[in-house]
Amino acid sequence: MENQGIKKDYNCEYFNPEVETLSREEIEALQLERLKETVAHCMNSPFYKKRFEEIGLTVDDIKSLDDIRKIPFTTKQDLRDTYPFGIASVPLEKCTRLHSSSGTTGNPTVILHTDKDIDEWANQVARNLWMVGLRPTDVFQNSSGYGMFTGGLGFQNGAEKMGMLTVPAAAGNSLRQIKFIKDFGTTAIHAVPSYLTRLKEVMDQEGVDPRRDTKLRVFAIGAEPHSEEQRKRIEDMFGVKAYNSFGMSEMCGPGVGFECKEQNGLHFWEDYYIVEIVDPETLEPVPDGEIGELVLTSIRREAMPLLRYRTRDLTRVLGRSCPCGRNHVRIDRMKGRSDDMMVLKGVNIFPIQIEKILMQFPELANNYLITLTTDSDNDNMTVEVELEELFTDDYTRLQQLTKTIQRALKDEILLTPYVKLVPKGTLPVSDGKAVRVVDKRTVYK
Amino acid sequence: MTIKQLSIFIENKGGTLIRVLDLLSKAGIQIIASTVADTQDYGIYRVLCNEPAKAYLILKEEGINVQLADVIALSIDDEPGRAAQAVQAFSESGVSISYMYSFLWKGRGVLVFRANPSEKAKEVIMLKKLGFMTEENFK
Repeated sequence: MENQGIKKDYNCEYFNPEVETLSREEIEALQLERLKETVAHCMNSPFYKKRFEEIGLTVDDIKSLDDIRKIPFTTKQDLRDTYPFGIASVPLEKCTRLHSSSGTTGNPTVILHTDKDIDEWANQVARNLWMVGLRPTDVFQNSSGYGMFTGGLGFQNGAEKMGMLTVPAAAGNSLRQIKFIKDFGTTAIHAVPSYLTRLKEVMDQEGVDPRRDTKLRVFAIGAEPHSEEQRKRIEDMFGVKAYNSFGMSEMCGPGVGFECKEQNGLHFWEDYYIVEIVDPETLEPVPDGEIGELVLTSIRREAMPLLRYRTRDLTRVLGRSCPCGRNHVRIDRMKGRSDDMMVLKGVNIFPIQIEKILMQFPELANNYLITLTTDSDNDNMTVEVELEELFTDDYTRLQQLTKTIQRALKDEILLTPYVKLVPKGTLPVSDGKAVRVVDKRTVYK
Repeated sequence: MTIKQLSIFIENKGGTLIRVLDLLSKAGIQIIASTVADTQDYGIYRVLCNEPAKAYLILKEEGINVQLADVIALSIDDEPGRAAQAVQAFSESGVSISYMYSFLWKGRGVLVFRANPSEKAKEVIMLKKLGFMTEENFK
């Protein structure tokens, strides 16, 4: 990544001053122009070309931003159906990277990037990190998983582009993380919030006081839903400001939205995306302030722009101006999901994945219940499942079964849930429909 | 040489035992001895009764997780040291006992347990001429 930081005025609050401070009218004019370009570009995508032809849509139909509603929604299912490259708007030889979803249900989703896409993505992340006061004099430790998970390379490229010294520590190994923080003078960390809580526990065990023994001052937290209380706890624990980050691989990865120093909603970068909030049932727009499903259109991507992508995340518009001087829309933290997807420790999990595994065990009945809880800021999953037949009256064998189920689930969802066998007929059923997920986490409050 | 015992899978929470006991009581089943062992999450309620086959069908019908387990019930003198003698005989022959409980029946001690391997346990009973109970004894 080209290091732009050194050319910059460190006193300037903005990484891209011109775009970040555009007025609403200017933002919307830019969006209309880029929407038209994107719709024209999508004619190169076999998927969108067919879809446009079916409804007779051409770029001439896009005359105002409201005309975006003439474009059909794109869903995750569309990505699966066209797996792996069916939505691409450029030939594969122009692409330089792909990222794939963590889910293992059916086809995964694949997102392609050109060189320019990667660079624009890094620019968004750099803009975010600059916005919360980081400068090239800072040392940035990325304690996020690398590989297919976009939180690794996404923050890496962005932090490099901004000009910070980056420490690609990756996830886990807390003792090593703490050594890096102390030895390299780390001032900023990106991690999932539950990991920071874990890190603090290890610091306590090791007698490390973050206020006294480290230079930490900024956290970027995301990829896992968390509540305002959880953020405050993390800030108090470390004496470090924690900023909420929103990203999704379908749009690029982290960088799509980020809190400014006001910590009052995430600025979604409207020079890159058109943001809509719709009623998940009627798919009609909801007024600002009302909760609905977040729908995003990427208007700056080459390899694989997505039009009106249904994120399934529920949130609301908080405002379109901010004391920080940015008029890019402020979006509330995610309030929930309009489908049954669960997000735990940065991993996306659908109940069907768990069901598929449980059904492989003849000892088990069809009814199961997934309970999500927060225990000292850590998300935990308990899977209760009914026993079909008592095949033994030996506790050892029952416990072996529990362990085998647990291992099989871990292979599928990448996390180890607590597995509990329960007698047949004891799990809740409401209105004749089985209740599958109970989310008792404090995050969505 | 073995008798049938009901092994019932129950949740480790209030009210679950009552349901089982209610069903058995309504069917006129007489419980001779019973024991509950529990883990953090669940328990197995083990019951000796006068009509195990009938009780099994009734519980099964109600959708309860129940198994008919084969257990050995030794009849021993109600005196100090008898249980130790019996257990030692099995232990010496390499028979392991996964669970055991005892009760008094008509003035004699009864030692109920599940042995592994069970064939070996039966051999020990024969060779050592140990007294054992049959289902007929409990009717």
